[in-house]
Amino acid sequence: MDLELYRTMVAIRTFELRVRDLSAQGFLRGSAHVAIGQEGAAAGVCGALTPEDAVTSTHRPHGHAIAKGLPFAPLFAELLGRATGVCHGKGGSMHLADTARGFLGANGIVGGGVPIAVGAALGFQQLGQPHVAVAFFGDGATNQGAFHESLNLASVWRLPVLFVCENNRMGLSTPIEAASAEPDLVKRAVAYRIPGRHIDGTDVRAVYQAAHTGVDAARRGEGPSLLVLDVYRHEGHFTGDPMGFRSQAEEAAWRDRDPIARQRTYLLANGLATEADLEQIQATLARQVDAAVATALAAPEPDPTQLLTDIYAAGEGVR
Amino acid sequence: MAELHLTMAEAINLALAEALEQDPRLFLMGEDIGEAGGYFGVTRGLYQRFGARRVRNTPISEAGFIGAAVGAAMVGARPVVELMYADFVTVAMDQLVNQAAKMRYMFGGQVSVPLVLRAAFGAGRGNAAQHSQSLEAWFCHIPGLKVVMPSSPADARGLLASAIQDENPVIFLENKHLYQEAGPVPREREPIPLGVADVKRQGSDVTVVATGRQVQIALDAAECLAAEGIEVEVIDPRTLWPLDAEAILRSVKKTGRLVTVHEAVKRFGFGAEVAALVAESDAVAALKAPIQRVAGAESPVPFSQALENHYLPDVAQVVAACRRTLANSHK
Repeated sequence: MDLELYRTMVAIRTFELRVRDLSAQGFLRGSAHVAIGQEGAAAGVCGALTPEDAVTSTHRPHGHAIAKGLPFAPLFAELLGRATGVCHGKGGSMHLADTARGFLGANGIVGGGVPIAVGAALGFQQLGQPHVAVAFFGDGATNQGAFHESLNLASVWRLPVLFVCENNRMGLSTPIEAASAEPDLVKRAVAYRIPGRHIDGTDVRAVYQAAHTGVDAARRGEGPSLLVLDVYRHEGHFTGDPMGFRSQAEEAAWRDRDPIARQRTYLLANGLATEADLEQIQATLARQVDAAVATALAAPEPDPTQLLTDIYAAGEGVR
Repeated sequence: MAELHLTMAEAINLALAEALEQDPRLFLMGEDIGEAGGYFGVTRGLYQRFGARRVRNTPISEAGFIGAAVGAAMVGARPVVELMYADFVTVAMDQLVNQAAKMRYMFGGQVSVPLVLRAAFGAGRGNAAQHSQSLEAWFCHIPGLKVVMPSSPADARGLLASAIQDENPVIFLENKHLYQEAGPVPREREPIPLGVADVKRQGSDVTVVATGRQVQIALDAAECLAAEGIEVEVIDPRTLWPLDAEAILRSVKKTGRLVTVHEAVKRFGFGAEVAALVAESDAVAALKAPIQRVAGAESPVPFSQALENHYLPDVAQVVAACRRTLANSHK
């Protein structure tokens, strides 16, 4: 598992670095929000899930999507608005989804995916299925009303959902101290009588363990829990964001806690992999990403006839 | 006797019970819908019969539970949500408009969101501005939503059956005033397809397109005018979106005169859409007079009955509007 977690994180990092480059080169419309530095959260949490478990994500979804098993090429194609994109070019970066793989969607509304994850858990309970749901969200979302309604409802109905907060301490340009009366976010769990765990999100093994605890409890019918992961967003809010909101000393300190570097150190120190193994993983993923980008860049745009399809299921209404 | 005689509340209750019985994936959510049977009594007895798992009482968390309905629908359950007052939809607009309506499209057709949101709406009971609105125009304006407004117990039962079977998010709007109005209802379950209007009264002189509670008002106005030999055709769209434009245009081509009636505010309302539909079609050539729109007043709903009486459209206004189409004939 430890090697798998490393591989997932490198996959995300490689993908996101490429997204950043594609954005700088002018290939991407709109905004792309990369998760460079936050890979431990996605890899550790999704590593504890089955393919049938459901995940809802945020406007910063690429890491969650990759960790949930979505392949590179349809993701790049979606970011490029191509017909072969995972959403056929209809959604873009903030609306990635692969429902067959349990990835119930990224979301462009902060906190928008949290009630939906609660709903997936509710649906599993109604249908008597043993699956659990995970809601990813950031520190900013914990001040949205829908967040509070979601934790409360999930707790009252003992729904099998894990609430995962990636606390990178920034809501775009606003630091957490300026936005949250109680910046120690794990304390929000107390208000809803659910277990809360506060974990270093740059320690992927700790994330994995904590996520497993929450997921297993949910699967046993013990209801929801909150997992707060301290992470750091290496880049700005979106690709090309000039930032300037944080001090250089702060940034330097966090870069030293890179989740990939930490896991690499652990694997080597414990004889779980050699340098050569890890280089091979990186090289393989780099090749895969290159191939996926090439495929995506060569893919066709959606046909204009697709503009008005899939608005409704089974029939398009009156024209 | 081939028919039942039920109030609209009872007809909806029957449709819900039948659906709960038929489909184990189906469940209800809403405030006070459990033991209390719903604020307007529409879910009376269902909790006792089907239990807490199928009839779920929610906290006062419209964004939370409507969002939960979206997620549940996406994984294959069939939620039917009750919104105590349609006005409260404002609390949940993100989940309805940005999420439920758009999931299928944004995700390239991967998923559908088969949820029904039943909402009590309408003025005339002194509930004042925040508990009396008609907001159907908002919902009709959002691609991805379907909007249904029954005018009778029979239509309510049949349309709700179809709404529940529909794979899309459907807003089912129930005028509170109609809850206790009784009428004939088929004994057997007969789904009424969405998107099909009903000609409630045939006529050749004026077309009146009316919705919800105003359908009866239009019929009453038609009775008045019939005494003078004026025959009004009353069309009840039943489904506001998808709209049966064909039925409306066919009627307008026949009569050459159009009056729309609803209790929602006139500007940017459903009547405006009907008028525009006619204006941009070849039916416009058949018009013998300008189109008339009868609607609720352009104000928030007032509390005092003396004022609220003037807020709602009434029979006299519909009669007057019909007369204007006859007086203003340029053909």
